[in-house]
Amino acid sequence: MDNAIVATHPHTHETAVAAEHEHIVLPQHRHHFETQEQQREAATFGMWLFLLTEIMFFGGLFFAYLLYRNWYHDAFVVSSNQLSIPLGAANTAILISSGFFMALGVWAAEVKKQGLLVLFLVLTTFFGVAFLGIKAVEYHEKWEKHHIPGAHFDVSEFINPQAYGLKEKPLAPDMAQKTQVFFFLYFAMTGMHAFHMILGIGLLFWLTWRANRGEFSSGYVAPIENFGLYWHFVDIVWLFLFPLLYLINRHPGS
Amino acid sequence: MSATSYTIVNLPDQRTATIPKRNYLNNEDGLLSWLFTGDHKRIAILYLISITFFFFIGGAFAGLIRLELLTPQPDLVASDTYNKFFSMHGIVMIFLFLVPSVPATLGNFLIPIMIGAKDLAFPKVNLLSWYLYWIGGLFTLAALVLGGVDTGWTFTTPLSTHYLNTHVVTAATGVFIIGFSSIFTGLNFIVTLHRMRAPGMTWFRLPLFCWSNYAASILMVLGTPVLAITLVLVALERLVGIGVFDPTKGGDPLLFQHLFWFYSHPAVYIMILPGMGVISEVISTFSRKRVFGYTAVAFSSVAIALFGFFVWAHHMFIMGVSNYSALVFSLLTMLVAVPSAIKIFNWAFTLQKGSITFETPMLYAFGFLGLFTIGGMTGVFLGALGMDIHLTETYFIVAHFHFVMVGGMLMAFLAGIHFWWPKMTGRMYPESLSKLAAVTTFIGFNLTFLPQFILGYLGMPRRYHAYPPEFQVLNVLSTAGATVLGVGYMLPLLYLGWSLKYGAIAGNNPWQATGLEWQIQSPPLTENFIETPIVDHEAYDYEWLAHKTAQEVTTVG
Repeated sequence: MDNAIVATHPHTHETAVAAEHEHIVLPQHRHHFETQEQQREAATFGMWLFLLTEIMFFGGLFFAYLLYRNWYHDAFVVSSNQLSIPLGAANTAILISSGFFMALGVWAAEVKKQGLLVLFLVLTTFFGVAFLGIKAVEYHEKWEKHHIPGAHFDVSEFINPQAYGLKEKPLAPDMAQKTQVFFFLYFAMTGMHAFHMILGIGLLFWLTWRANRGEFSSGYVAPIENFGLYWHFVDIVWLFLFPLLYLINRHPGS
Repeated sequence: MSATSYTIVNLPDQRTATIPKRNYLNNEDGLLSWLFTGDHKRIAILYLISITFFFFIGGAFAGLIRLELLTPQPDLVASDTYNKFFSMHGIVMIFLFLVPSVPATLGNFLIPIMIGAKDLAFPKVNLLSWYLYWIGGLFTLAALVLGGVDTGWTFTTPLSTHYLNTHVVTAATGVFIIGFSSIFTGLNFIVTLHRMRAPGMTWFRLPLFCWSNYAASILMVLGTPVLAITLVLVALERLVGIGVFDPTKGGDPLLFQHLFWFYSHPAVYIMILPGMGVISEVISTFSRKRVFGYTAVAFSSVAIALFGFFVWAHHMFIMGVSNYSALVFSLLTMLVAVPSAIKIFNWAFTLQKGSITFETPMLYAFGFLGLFTIGGMTGVFLGALGMDIHLTETYFIVAHFHFVMVGGMLMAFLAGIHFWWPKMTGRMYPESLSKLAAVTTFIGFNLTFLPQFILGYLGMPRRYHAYPPEFQVLNVLSTAGATVLGVGYMLPLLYLGWSLKYGAIAGNNPWQATGLEWQIQSPPLTENFIETPIVDHEAYDYEWLAHKTAQEVTTVG
């Protein structure tokens, strides 16, 4: 019945063309869409909008970061020096690799290569897990140094850096307290990012299972494509977090 | 349709008329067929029942507040109980009633039909958003049952983070979850309006109801995530003591205000815009005229959505923001009145020389016009810096936003419910009783909230449960009005329930309205249209309708 309607009322040139070329109805075609083209466009558009809400969601945190960085510049610089650039850079490389394999996965789905798609999804998952592993190492270090905001937060390393073998300028005690704001924002932003990664990895397992059953090998690629958009969004958030938290103005005056 | 006719209602012959055998209500049976439905119309009905439930909970708190304020002494409840009353009233009414009211019920039901689609773009996401609404609602109810929240609906820091020992985190979790319900509704509407329109249904042929819901959806999608992250921060501040909003740890309570009002001012427009859409439909139908200045009304909705994002700091004039930013925000606040005024003037010109009839939805719409105009104008008073310093945190504010939210949105909601009731259920509500309810609501509303303008002007602060004895007369008037208002809201609940079984059979198009939703059977089929409609006329084209009806008669004869 859907096809009959398509045939009688093609409402744009594109769908008319699509209807001419594609007469097979995929099992994933939902009844309320006139054409598969419309269904695919709607899903992608919905995903972009969802990512827009995600930008607004992270936006609140970025706004707080910019405000407090401006207010407590010295504390933010010193705390930023506590973060490990090698680990952060490694994680950036790992996440970009993960995104790269995701992009290849979308390509594999589009050219209907089931084996390659599964392989690329597994690689995407592997690099995602590796990212989280390194993040856990970094978090653990903060835990040992009492740099987790809360009752056990310890500022002595910022008041008296020489005692810890650091070459920082010591901070006045009230400014040293403000390092807690930095570490809170660090944990909130990277934690929220990691939370999105964990959700994404859960989805990846599910998609890999479905891909392995051959669900995406017949031209129905919307879930892979839209998950790809989500995964790249998570990458991009990290590409903003890494410079903001690790790199900017790291050693002023040097 | 002569100028002297009293009504345009055109019902089928009641002796022979029947409800269509197959429709969305009886398509499937059983509770599970409702709980797992993907049908936008059924989800709308689920929402309608849910928000009515929460409306009466919120209303009960309003009643208790007015009862306490009957006397100047704090004699009914203790002060912290009173704080919980107005907090729960605000949280329930705003997040569980006003925000989802028109979009989630009427919008869900109508938008796909109005654009000639079979459903919203993502039916499962739509159902998910109803479940999220209920999970959030249950969290809010849990906070209520466990002992309530007394922060006010604004969760203001540092009050909410440092000084209270009530269930702030539970309530904030509830609001956080409801927020995602509203995000998903907005997302669904935007995608549907972009991608699902029937052939020939161009943007400027859309009914204005779709435009205003589109504008509200933009606000939901862009504003609500900011509220979500703000509430996460409040909850973390309470649980872990992180200090983003705590000055002793270097945080800034004003940051909370900025983030909170960045959502919560646009939220005001989330609440009012869909109501404006209802009013456009109702006024056009009962004046038998195309909405005057269709394009201006359509774009003013989008303009309100845009300006709405740049006025949030007018909630913070007395909180120590800089004079310059106060000046700019005051100016922007005045500007946002312009698109609202455009709408009011265009509706007035739609009425001019129209063949006006006074059916119940029209009475509610007239109520909306008057009350919303007062609410909007007093908003301009409050946007002026000098006046605001005198009037803020007084009953003037309370009266102002109740005029907009209750006098505006609730009137529009009731107008819409009555207007589309025949389409949703296939039956008419009792006409004279509903007119009585509309008039009762209007009188009760004015009696409740006009005295509060005077109280506020005289300096009675909001959020206190005791007041100087000289304010008692006006408070008694207000409480009396609240009682009348309560009756006005109970009446529709009773007679609409009654009409489900005993109402007259409505037929396809009792109002002789032009929208696509009136050209199909009532109640509609699950798939809405047997054949995808091809739209070849503008919205509100009554000549097209007359032509079509005339042809139908010839075919039958």
